[in-house]
Amino acid sequence: MAEPSITLEIFRYRPEVEQEPTFQRYTVPYRADWVVLDALNYLKDQVDGTLSYRWSCRMGVCGSCGMMVNGTPKLTCAAFLKDYYPAPIRVEPLANFPVERDLVINMDDFLQKLTHVKPWIIRDREKPVIEGEYRQSPAELASYKQFSMCINCMLCYAACPVYGLEPDFVGPAAIALAHRYNLDSRDQGQALRQDVVFSHESIWECTFVGECSVVCPKDVDPAGAIQQEKVAGALDLVKSVLMPWGSR
Amino acid sequence: MRGPYRRPMSSTWWLNKRNYLLFMLRELTSVFVAAFLVFYLVQLAHLAQGPESYAAFLAQRASFGWMFFHLLALVAALYHSITWFNLTPKVMVMRRGEERVPPVFIAGSNYVAWLAISVVILWIVLRS
Repeated sequence: MAEPSITLEIFRYRPEVEQEPTFQRYTVPYRADWVVLDALNYLKDQVDGTLSYRWSCRMGVCGSCGMMVNGTPKLTCAAFLKDYYPAPIRVEPLANFPVERDLVINMDDFLQKLTHVKPWIIRDREKPVIEGEYRQSPAELASYKQFSMCINCMLCYAACPVYGLEPDFVGPAAIALAHRYNLDSRDQGQALRQDVVFSHESIWECTFVGECSVVCPKDVDPAGAIQQEKVAGALDLVKSVLMPWGSR
Repeated sequence: MRGPYRRPMSSTWWLNKRNYLLFMLRELTSVFVAAFLVFYLVQLAHLAQGPESYAAFLAQRASFGWMFFHLLALVAALYHSITWFNLTPKVMVMRRGEERVPPVFIAGSNYVAWLAISVVILWIVLRS
């Protein structure tokens, strides 16, 4: 009996030879325990070594292998062939990002925005090691833990039509990470983040489509984070009007 | 060698996915809500002009077209309210220690308030 197989339609863009991207069809063996990334690795090893894509850990931790699978942003290491078989699977680079080659996107814009929100713990004064650690209760940890699960896979940006239409939008993951540090009891950097986070290009650009939270492989809920920052931003505005003498 | 390829976003992107379409419908409902409010302001203006003006307005309002508009506006307002109430747990996060107050309580409190206010309005209307 012939071995079962499945067809992949893969987005190809080779800037040195073609002006426009094309789709190339490949047939790969079908195995129920294979994910799309396994099929891509098979293709690269056995069929067409020119195919380019990013991957690393194969276990949903590194956030490298995000691609559009049948039009939906997915970690290809977690997208099983059996969920699509026997229909062909269309694999494209993450939407809303420029494509460098084949399935590889340019992520400079995201990395720049991520840096702008200062996603790290900021202290007014770092205490010397001899004074001990910054202690945190389980309740304080629970308040931000969900948002700390982000792996920067950018699936949320690919799902966000606002980012597609308004490339200046700071975007879901960057705002969710700003929110994560703003909620952290050890952090004192909210005032330093708010010029970016409360700006028009940030939280107020979001129209709450909510698809970022649907596609997030780590249940971070960036849509929730953005709305919660909107509440903080609105309160900050009210405070600055009612108490202009107060420090921001 | 050419630079990175930028894929244009189609103007019909909102038809590509059910969630995008539902989002656009939710946005569209505000048009009907706004239109109803304009209609209501016109109604108040007629009321201020005296009983004859108001009676003429009411007669006009009973037409099939206006009834249909009100039905549409009602459906839009219900869809608008229900979808936004269901989203409130994402915006309002309440915690009791390490536990998050279940989302159903946050959304549920909106429905309870909605019901209570509706009952009060109904009582005022039926009393007269």
